[in-house]
Amino acid sequence: MTIEVRNLVKKFGSFKALDGVDLKVDNGELVALLGPSGSGKTTLLRIIAGLDWPDAGDVSFNGEDALAQGARERHVGFVFQHYALFRHMTVFENVAFGLRVQPRAVRKDEATIRARVKELLDLVQLDWLADRYPSQLSGGQRQRIALARALAIEPRILLLDEPFGALDAKVRKELRRWLRSLHHEINVTSIFVTHDQEEALEVANRVVVMDKGRIEQIGSPDDVYESPATAFVHGFIGESIELPIEVNGGVIRLGDRPLRLAADGLVPGASKLFVRRHDMLVGPPGSGAFEGAVQHVRNFGPVQRAEVALSGGETIEIDAPRDRELRAGDTIGLEPRRYRIFAG
Amino acid sequence: MTLQIAESASLVSPDARARAHAAAARDSLRTEPRAVRITIIALAMIFLTVFVVLPLVVVFAQAFSKGILAYLAALAEPEALAAIKLTLLVAAISVGLNLVFGLIAAWAIAKFDFRGKTFLITLIDLPFSVSPVISGLVFVLLFGAQGYFGTWLREHDIQILFAVPGIALATTFVTFPFVARALIPLMQEQGTQEEEAAISLGASGLQTFFRVTLPNIKWGVLYGVLLCNARAMGEFGAVSVVSGHIRGETNTMPLLVEILYNEYQFVAAFAIASLLAMLALITLIAKTVLERHLNEGQDARDH
Repeated sequence: MTIEVRNLVKKFGSFKALDGVDLKVDNGELVALLGPSGSGKTTLLRIIAGLDWPDAGDVSFNGEDALAQGARERHVGFVFQHYALFRHMTVFENVAFGLRVQPRAVRKDEATIRARVKELLDLVQLDWLADRYPSQLSGGQRQRIALARALAIEPRILLLDEPFGALDAKVRKELRRWLRSLHHEINVTSIFVTHDQEEALEVANRVVVMDKGRIEQIGSPDDVYESPATAFVHGFIGESIELPIEVNGGVIRLGDRPLRLAADGLVPGASKLFVRRHDMLVGPPGSGAFEGAVQHVRNFGPVQRAEVALSGGETIEIDAPRDRELRAGDTIGLEPRRYRIFAG
Repeated sequence: MTLQIAESASLVSPDARARAHAAAARDSLRTEPRAVRITIIALAMIFLTVFVVLPLVVVFAQAFSKGILAYLAALAEPEALAAIKLTLLVAAISVGLNLVFGLIAAWAIAKFDFRGKTFLITLIDLPFSVSPVISGLVFVLLFGAQGYFGTWLREHDIQILFAVPGIALATTFVTFPFVARALIPLMQEQGTQEEEAAISLGASGLQTFFRVTLPNIKWGVLYGVLLCNARAMGEFGAVSVVSGHIRGETNTMPLLVEILYNEYQFVAAFAIASLLAMLALITLIAKTVLERHLNEGQDARDH
């Protein structure tokens, strides 16, 4: 099933949750909608599911207009952030729900329903919990039951809203890997929403980065990390150093200090320079584009994180390998191995 | 969870001296002098005994003052039986209506956002804030012989005032808030996610209501119905205005109690009153049970 979204606009009062969103998801893809809270990602997901309606724009599944159908007819599996399991039903009945509410004409008989639920509980490896109630399950178990329930209706599309948001770090890691292999197994077109970049980069085939109701970049996990299209994406994904600079007459200045960096092809005016923390190479004083004094050093496993006060006045954090120990008070030169400059 | 562990660990860690010190400080903060404690508790107990327990005991004492046979005879009077029947009928009608209206109102308020929502919530409380006598008078103004619909009703030979419909209407009005009040906070807290999940799984509106919404609020519904019923059976003011006090026809139990009492038939009056008192006791017990269920639901949700 392909999903196509064209020029979607959704307002809540004067707040524009979606401001002209275009997106195409191919059959069998696993796409992450990544962005800070309030970026519109959950709204987009709910509109695709039919739980919300846009003020303008189109949504189509395999070329048919999806907005002509309600949530009930769209056949979309939706996994809610807080699972929304039916608290008065057992795990078994929760998973069976979608099969039991089918119109009489197509409803399966009891034996078929039981077999199907059993199969789904096996798939999420929780068949031994069939008689429990949701309140008796852990967060990770609830999450998997919610997924089994959504899969019961053999959805054309699977949508997951912050699927790991409410779980602790260890369970979250396990479930991520599990979700990816599950997707590989069932191969249904899936979109999940997350604000966690690591999650998006690790699980998805493609990442859609959103901010303020607009799509900033669509690309593979490597694309959005290695070649961020906008200042927002660079700042949001990966740990970045962000410096306000001025481009003027072929020279880049930080404060009033010219930097030894090429300014070819840059638009004159105020801009932002982005460097990954680990892309700042440490050298002797006077050796790189920047110079600064080490303020403070902490060790994180293989790297040392140093706070450096640049001579331009800004303070930045860099991650350097531990082969050359840095000490507070050292004066060092810094050379960005890779950097990007965005106008504005 | 991890936070809790951290907290309790930090509570355990201070040394014994500090702990003893803290305990002493806490005691002196919490503990009033013995005399004050005893006085306060005694005052509360005396107040409760005089104003709550004593009247209840007096009702039963009066009812049985001429023996159990006189008590049973008083209840078997045709007038008494008619009043009991009428009260049950009126309660059944008004509880039924308020169950439906209350559910609809609570549903609308809890699950949708619309203009005038705050106004509607305030309006639901109106019957609580208006004197029941006035509630009764409203219906006299509407349906009485001189009222807005009086002429039309007389032409079509429909009797509302001084008959069962009037009594049921007045009772329904007075007891309207109970079901809605019990359900609004419950439904607001539960939100709409389970309903959305049901619909996205292919359930129709009715299936969603009967399979998801109703089971989640059933204890709240019972709680509202219980209180609504207690008030409906005990309502005096509004019913008194619209009933017309026709003996054996439009007298409910509370009205009959007053009439019998005014006629110095104390045993009969208190015999009926004892039934109402028993209703109150049963309501109290049922209420306690239901509240436990409601709290359990709350706990399950908090996990």
